[in-house]
Amino acid sequence: MRIGVFVCHCGSNIAGTVDVAEVARRALTLKDVVHAEHIMYTCSEPGQAAIQKAIREKNLDRVVVAACSPHMHEVTFRRCVEAGGLNPYLFEMANIREHCSWIHTDMPVATEKAWDIVKMAVAKARRLEPLFANEVEVCKDVLVIGGGVAGIQAALDLADAGLKVTIVEKETTIGGVMAKLDKTFPTIDCSACILTPRMVDCAQHENIELMTYSEVEKVSGYVGNFTVDIRRKAAKVDWSKCIGCEICVQKCPSKAPDKFNAYLEPTKAIYIPFPQAVPKRAAIQVDYCRYFQTGKCKVCERVCPAGAIDYEQQDQIIQKRFGAIVVATGLDVFPWEQYYHEYGSGKIKDVISGLQYERMLNASGPYGGHVHRPSNGEEPKTVVFIQCVGSRDESVNRPYCSSVCCMYTAKQALLTKDHCGMDTEVYVFYIDIRATGKGYEEFIKRVQTEFGVKYVRGRVSKLYEENGKVIVRGVDTLLGEQVEIAADLVVLASGIQAAPGAKELAQKLNISYDEFGFLKEGHPKLRPVDTNTAGVFLAGACQGPKDIPSTVAQASATAAKVVGLLAKDKLKTSPMIAVVDQRNCVACWKCLEVCPFSAPEKQEVRPGDFRSHVIETVCQGCGLCVATCPVNCISLKGFPTDAILEQIEEVLLT
Amino acid sequence: MADNKTTQASGAASGAAPGGGAAPAAAAPTPGLPGVSGDRPVKIVGIVCNWCSYAGADTAGVGRFRQPPNVRLVRVPCTGRIDPLFALKAFQKGADGVLISGCHPGDCHYSEGNYYARRRFELLERMVHYLGIPKERFRWTWVSASEGQRWQQVVTEFVAAVEKLGPREGRAL
Repeated sequence: MRIGVFVCHCGSNIAGTVDVAEVARRALTLKDVVHAEHIMYTCSEPGQAAIQKAIREKNLDRVVVAACSPHMHEVTFRRCVEAGGLNPYLFEMANIREHCSWIHTDMPVATEKAWDIVKMAVAKARRLEPLFANEVEVCKDVLVIGGGVAGIQAALDLADAGLKVTIVEKETTIGGVMAKLDKTFPTIDCSACILTPRMVDCAQHENIELMTYSEVEKVSGYVGNFTVDIRRKAAKVDWSKCIGCEICVQKCPSKAPDKFNAYLEPTKAIYIPFPQAVPKRAAIQVDYCRYFQTGKCKVCERVCPAGAIDYEQQDQIIQKRFGAIVVATGLDVFPWEQYYHEYGSGKIKDVISGLQYERMLNASGPYGGHVHRPSNGEEPKTVVFIQCVGSRDESVNRPYCSSVCCMYTAKQALLTKDHCGMDTEVYVFYIDIRATGKGYEEFIKRVQTEFGVKYVRGRVSKLYEENGKVIVRGVDTLLGEQVEIAADLVVLASGIQAAPGAKELAQKLNISYDEFGFLKEGHPKLRPVDTNTAGVFLAGACQGPKDIPSTVAQASATAAKVVGLLAKDKLKTSPMIAVVDQRNCVACWKCLEVCPFSAPEKQEVRPGDFRSHVIETVCQGCGLCVATCPVNCISLKGFPTDAILEQIEEVLLT
Repeated sequence: MADNKTTQASGAASGAAPGGGAAPAAAAPTPGLPGVSGDRPVKIVGIVCNWCSYAGADTAGVGRFRQPPNVRLVRVPCTGRIDPLFALKAFQKGADGVLISGCHPGDCHYSEGNYYARRRFELLERMVHYLGIPKERFRWTWVSASEGQRWQQVVTEFVAAVEKLGPREGRAL
């Protein structure tokens, strides 16, 4: 056996803490190691060339690179050794950066640890065998979960590329949060004018199937071959007959909370969220429907000209196959009422959230765009905006910046002047102004100078009602003074949080999420729209708070990645899978019991003699069956038991 | 429930300084290896799953969360791959501590592997005592890919606990 060891400086990232020359020198003393060197940047072109040169000249049959995490560059180096003439699986990585140089400061200590890590990698390399990837057929259909602007953009891009797309949206209409917005910053162009034509495009595109009022129930399979159960919720209306005329909504006698309008005013138990809904179909909120609650009413059935009402309709489970999944589940608005008791917990009528104000401003909202005080209907003369409500606030477990509130507050402040007149007093309380997008800073300046919106740097400590006004008590930290403003209307720039159910969906998809429920990308810079589960991609605010331009850009990036994946007719599967030594199999079938993927099967090796056999294209390589097998007759390629034990032994040798 | 004890720990992990700079908990420098009663530093074998805890340790590295240098990690695809004998092998060969870490319950990349791991290591934890190994030398827990600080905390606490016991005398179980 001829092993080559390459120790990376990574500039000073590793060499600043680890004596790489010493590690390379010692590596040469290891059994089977015939070549060792240290390289400035091993992943660079000259670094990779040095590996390939050594493979050729020293006739290496195993390569160990001691550098960063395999999550960073394992694929890079596998490709490198393959181009150098070796099987890509005869490569092992020693992580001496993330797991060593970056977490230690003392050079002798870090060098000893790096040496141990290299010894372990060499021990494992000795046990590596050439592996060969299998190929599987690919289903070319794509599932997009979430029909907001991210899902819409990704779906349209994918459909235009010729792929069949299914959008699953939990509400009755696509459009998401953007459909609720009045104008968009920094251009003040109308949100609906941008979005609604795109919604219609989705509905009319020959390659897009809309499944609204539906949710993903179960996901199985793997990249190229996912099987997804989708629950189509019972709308109690036959959508093939419903024509969206809204007569039922007008005649319905029961009121219900209106989620689309941020609960400003009630809607009806049978509802269509907004006039431009796509598809424009009615649904009954059973909990609020008089017929479902009392058994009497059926007004909607009587007035429906299409005979679409179907009280007996039940949820349906529809199973579909997909090759790739795009998660675009978006965001939720921070529920400030539950956290900010100093702002009245939602009990002061004239204190509203940013999204509620957005619906108030919107011409198709419940007030036709008339800005007024919820308490008495009068136009406000003094409006106060408070930023960072549920953002950058550790006391409510939202330490992150929601990234859009500075800009949407500025936009709403401008629109306030526009709707209520330039003589309206408008104040914005802020911590810092974050206006990092293109044209954003200029917009803020315009709002401050041209529109005379007064920006006060400081936090508001208390809101309370007095003489029909909302008293805003805060501090101006620039002047070092207490401030008190008697406001007619207070708008809270409520932040962004992960969509409800994002975590549960992530668990169904086996993808990672952070402590706030935002989904985790494969790598922030190398794989920003991938997840760690092959074939599952991210778009939009489900990954983290972002504004519309970033969301759309990310959705298009995701679509490009999916097109790249599905451009192939066959996909290579990982060869690091379980294999059964059938000679020793005792047919206990424990492997069949534990496997989450049903990869092992009973195979008849001789008439009447069944042994376990792992279906190569189904096995995902977790190794659960390997540890379960009572007779140790299953091994996991790439992670053989011998290699693991010898890694452990190597590190404990003194 | 087995996960209760880990959630307690994870709660304290939030709120330290973001980005670079040493977090206060582990700011103490480690010249040589302090706090060791014997004549050598303690050595701990960590066996971690690829998707959560190995990546969590990566996240800790990227965040420069300083840790004591006593842990050596073996990467496996899933905690479900870990034969309890791996831990015993490590003890047999002289490890002063063994740390197993994977994905939080519900978050397994392979759906269920960590549930099997939980049963196995819950049992092993009760068993090592009968082999003459104090159970404080064995720890299993969950650290997700985004929990760099939690990884730092797990390593720091476990190393401290093992150092309190000192290096193990002799090799055999």
